[in-house]
Amino acid sequence: MSSSLIIGQYVPGNSVIHRIDPRSKIAIIFFYVVIVFFANSVMSYGVLALFAIGASLISKVPFPYLMKGLKPVWFLVLFTFILHLIVTKQGDVLISILGWEIYREGVVQGAAISLRFFLLILVTSLLTLTTTPIEITDAIEELLGPLKKVRFPVHELALMMSISLRFIPTLMQETEKISKAQASRGVDFRTGAFKDRVRAVIPLLVPLFVSAFKRAEDLAMAMEARGYQGGEGRTKLRELTISRRDIAAYIVFAGIVTALFLTRS
Amino acid sequence: MDQSQIEFRNVSFRYQEDMPWVLRNVSFTIGADEWVAIIGHNGSGKSTIAKLMNGLLFPQEGKILVDGEEVTQDTLWEIRKRVGMVFQNPDNQFVGTTVRDDVAFGMENHGMPREVMIKRIKESLNAVGMTEFERHEPHRLSGGQKQRVAIASVLAVSPRYIILDEATAMLDPKGRKEILKTIRTVQEERELSLITITHDLQEVTQAERVIVMNGGEVWMESTPRDIFSKKDSLIEIGLDTPFVSKLADHMKDAGLELSREPLNHQELLEELWTSRSIK
Ligand SMILES: Nc1ncnc2c1ncn2[C@@H]1O[C@H](COP(=O)(O)OP(=O)(O)OP(=O)(O)O)[C@@H](O)[C@H]1O
Ligand SMILES: [Mg+2]
Repeated sequence: MSSSLIIGQYVPGNSVIHRIDPRSKIAIIFFYVVIVFFANSVMSYGVLALFAIGASLISKVPFPYLMKGLKPVWFLVLFTFILHLIVTKQGDVLISILGWEIYREGVVQGAAISLRFFLLILVTSLLTLTTTPIEITDAIEELLGPLKKVRFPVHELALMMSISLRFIPTLMQETEKISKAQASRGVDFRTGAFKDRVRAVIPLLVPLFVSAFKRAEDLAMAMEARGYQGGEGRTKLRELTISRRDIAAYIVFAGIVTALFLTRS
Repeated sequence: MDQSQIEFRNVSFRYQEDMPWVLRNVSFTIGADEWVAIIGHNGSGKSTIAKLMNGLLFPQEGKILVDGEEVTQDTLWEIRKRVGMVFQNPDNQFVGTTVRDDVAFGMENHGMPREVMIKRIKESLNAVGMTEFERHEPHRLSGGQKQRVAIASVLAVSPRYIILDEATAMLDPKGRKEILKTIRTVQEERELSLITITHDLQEVTQAERVIVMNGGEVWMESTPRDIFSKKDSLIEIGLDTPFVSKLADHMKDAGLELSREPLNHQELLEELWTSRSIK
């Protein structure tokens, strides 16, 4: 049970990629997402792929985990590829199947778009695979820091995220408990018409919500009793530090960007 | 102004205007380094007293003074540093994503420097025997372990008063005993007053003084020994007495003479063999 309770996809490890500051990771991935759209030659795609695949290898995250992130979008990738084959009508005709002509440009563009998708998903999953959710939360709080000036509730947002992270496993354990209790009374969640199954879930959701609200109330009280009064004047135990590793990562990434623009056609 | 004590001065409280009074004219004092137990039937106002002590609620009438300073909106944050509180449900007071984050939460709120936090996390986890769980997430801990973390979190801020509101209710007898022992040791080491709100009679017998609440009023304030000698009236207000105390009663009925009200097995045993020996 406990293994299924680990939230997010974090795969514990001690690689360089794991230890890069989460802010650096987010920043680099953000720019990576932007520059992916500048690639337009085989070589430039190669440079981008080199970066993504290289980083994946260094992270030592097992291959199946990397592929898992791709699973939900497989269909989308395939769909856009086929769409391009059908819609794009430029270049030479490569083959014609049952009267449908497939053009060269269609294949090229379809492949390019699919590759972009693939790279984007690989890189973003690499972030969640090598960074704990709480580190990501801390990083977001830091990166959004400047927005405090325009009264954007950055601290509150981060606190909300971290409390959710804290309570998701608890609520999942509770759901399991309630569903077992209901199942022991003969409620059937798994078979029957959709309508019946929805009806069976209601006795599960109601107690869950009631207890979640009770928890929220208790937690608010406990937080206040422990002196919580908002982000003002608060210090933090968890600390993010930019190290030499981060500088190295930035330099490598700058190299990739340069190479990309040199290999563009 | 150097009076370390919590003082309730004619405090009356109700949750809303149109609701009945939950506390009526409550007065008592809890001194430095004292262990006071508050007992009373369900709904007698014990938790309300606890919440008034660190400004989670404010009285409509009367005053609450902590170290001579009245609990008000302005003094609140200062007072919460001095009055720590552990609640009944260990899950709903665990704020951090891991044990060490949770222990740090109170210290972060009070703006303590990071180095101090790291040191105090070690110390307080050590005090409750949870050192090896420092990096654990709450869902990998048992209820008793979470409750220890809650106590460590309060200790870390190093308050002068700790209120345990049925904090041991969720624990098994062994866990309860261990926690009480832990708290005892901590109390001996530091300058600390303990206020335990409990239905556990064993816990009550360990306190130095007992405040008995009944229907929102202080019904009695005395030593455990004295309180448990008034069995009939205790039962009248819906409270029980410890097993040893009951046993002693039956023995008295059977014609045995006991010189004082025994609080635990040891004391009863002593009573028995001294009362039977020829002087
Ligand atoms: N948030 C609230 N709003 C309104 N009434 C409340 C609230 N909390 C408690 N009460 C009422 O105040 C009275 C005293 O409650 P309190 O929680 O202080 O009792 P208690 O002595 O701690 O009981 P228990 O032994 O069950 O914990 C009860 O009658 C209760 O119904
Ligand atoms: Mg209570």
